[in-house]
Amino acid sequence: MTPTVSTPIGAEPDTAAKAVQVTDLSVDLGGRLVLRGVDLQIRQGEVVAVLGTNGSGKSTLIKTIVGLLPAARGEVQLFGTPVPRFRAWKRIGYVPQRITAAGGVPATVYEVVSSGLLSRRRLFAPLGAAGKAAIEDALRVVDMADRRKDAVAELSGGQQQRVLIARALVSDPELLILDEPTAGVDLASQQIFADAIRERVQRGTTVVMVSHDLGPMDALIDRSVILRRGRIVYDGPPHASQTNAHVHHSHDARNDSGWLTS
Amino acid sequence: MTMFQLEFMQRALIAGLLTGLSAPAIGTYLVQRRLSLMGDGIGHIAITGVALGLLTGTEPVFTAIIVSIAGATAIEFVRARGKASGDVALALLFYGGIAGGVLLIGLAGQGAATLNTYLFGSLTTVSSSDLYVVVGLAVTVLVIAIGLGPQLFAVCQDEEFARVTGLRVQLLNLLIAVMAAVTVTVAMRTVGLLLVSALMVVPVATAQQVTRSFRSTFVTACAIGVTACLAGIITSYNANVAPGATIVVLALAGFVVAATVGTLLRRRAGRSAPLDDEEPEVGVPGPAPHVVSAGHPHAHGEECSHKKVDHGDHVDYVHDGHLHARHGDHWDEH
Repeated sequence: MTPTVSTPIGAEPDTAAKAVQVTDLSVDLGGRLVLRGVDLQIRQGEVVAVLGTNGSGKSTLIKTIVGLLPAARGEVQLFGTPVPRFRAWKRIGYVPQRITAAGGVPATVYEVVSSGLLSRRRLFAPLGAAGKAAIEDALRVVDMADRRKDAVAELSGGQQQRVLIARALVSDPELLILDEPTAGVDLASQQIFADAIRERVQRGTTVVMVSHDLGPMDALIDRSVILRRGRIVYDGPPHASQTNAHVHHSHDARNDSGWLTS
Repeated sequence: MTMFQLEFMQRALIAGLLTGLSAPAIGTYLVQRRLSLMGDGIGHIAITGVALGLLTGTEPVFTAIIVSIAGATAIEFVRARGKASGDVALALLFYGGIAGGVLLIGLAGQGAATLNTYLFGSLTTVSSSDLYVVVGLAVTVLVIAIGLGPQLFAVCQDEEFARVTGLRVQLLNLLIAVMAAVTVTVAMRTVGLLLVSALMVVPVATAQQVTRSFRSTFVTACAIGVTACLAGIITSYNANVAPGATIVVLALAGFVVAATVGTLLRRRAGRSAPLDDEEPEVGVPGPAPHVVSAGHPHAHGEECSHKKVDHGDHVDYVHDGHLHARHGDHWDEH
């Protein structure tokens, strides 16, 4: 531990508000219960991986935590405030699950990252010097500083994902929520944002990430939560066997080809 | 007396300038959220508004703006809630708008000539009271489109992310819809209701051919819109044709030129700077060394006693504990 981190947030007393508190949460998507009675507490400074197969409800859980989906029953609190009343969004950095960062009109890497500062900007106010410095810093962290003027649509999938991570980091959030950050991303990019996230974790940022495959992030995880059919079936320290529990096919080359061709 | 001294031409040019600025400004946001045809839908609905004004003897600009704001709000509501059937619901609104307009015009007893000036624009119909309304509305649209640019950009770029940064996404979406409706009414006099959507979309599509950033697309689209509008109005005066059609044809010609130039520029840039290999391949083993079996007198085949093993796209033969594979006229160690 470096001496600069004088008060590790993980060592806060239990009375401090939890970064995330999910109580008896059920979520209904089009008449189907996707989450059933989920209870989850995440302390400030923890790094938690939410694992599970497709359809286990892990993305639904993340989206409900950030308020994109309504709870059918139960409650989500962020830093002690129920989500429908939560207004301190500048404390949250969110990386949505997506394939592309591009819209119908070209936009540069710089423009996309700067939209991460909106939770701190007032209406009709120009971007200040501090904001510009924050954007440069976030671009440097994900190793995209020399691509700032490039259109995001022209970047590879891994680079686009790095832009989205920079957009979440630029507001210096206390809680970082990532939905499948490594899906479809090359290993070099995975390594770059594992490093970016490690740097934040050392500064006490709480991280919640959903993943199929943690890749280089594996080493950062303090705790893993495994969902199956909308319920938490494991919540505890990560083990190799548990982080791989969601893998249905073996990576043995011979079986792999059989699995693909059958 | 030149045309610039004619009062109706001065009014038409001022209206054209503001239309040329505000239509591409709001159009950039519509194109970005892939709602290019929204302007078209609102234009159709506004026809009912104009007809309502003619039927009741009210100023058609006022009825058009009220009906098109109501229609735009309905479209936004359907889009946000309706999900899968959204495009069908939009189509219903379009048809309802144009059918309602034609019916009401018939009831009002005014013929095709009156409706035509609203459908395709007309230089002489911009009255001074029209002009005040047009200037007020266009300036409001421009102030919002530029001042709230970062927020509107975020909402159009990634709605989910915008919600998690605490932006009032529904309100901003509604604002875009209402601004689009206002712009349709502003543009009604110069471009006409049927072609207004072209002025929202074509300059943006043209700008995109040569731009990389959102900001430069926005500015370039506005410049193209103004040029097309002013040039179109002047041409329309000289050639005595409908201004709307002239403006849109000029804008489309600009698109063809920009698309050609853009393709040439990109091709040249691609040739001078080939795609660099910035993603090192990780975890992929290099190709196996090519080892030729030294002095191999025997030719393997269907007949020989050596055990056959499938190996990818070919067959290896087990030969004294080695694997041999045919490679042209010799045998490789595998």
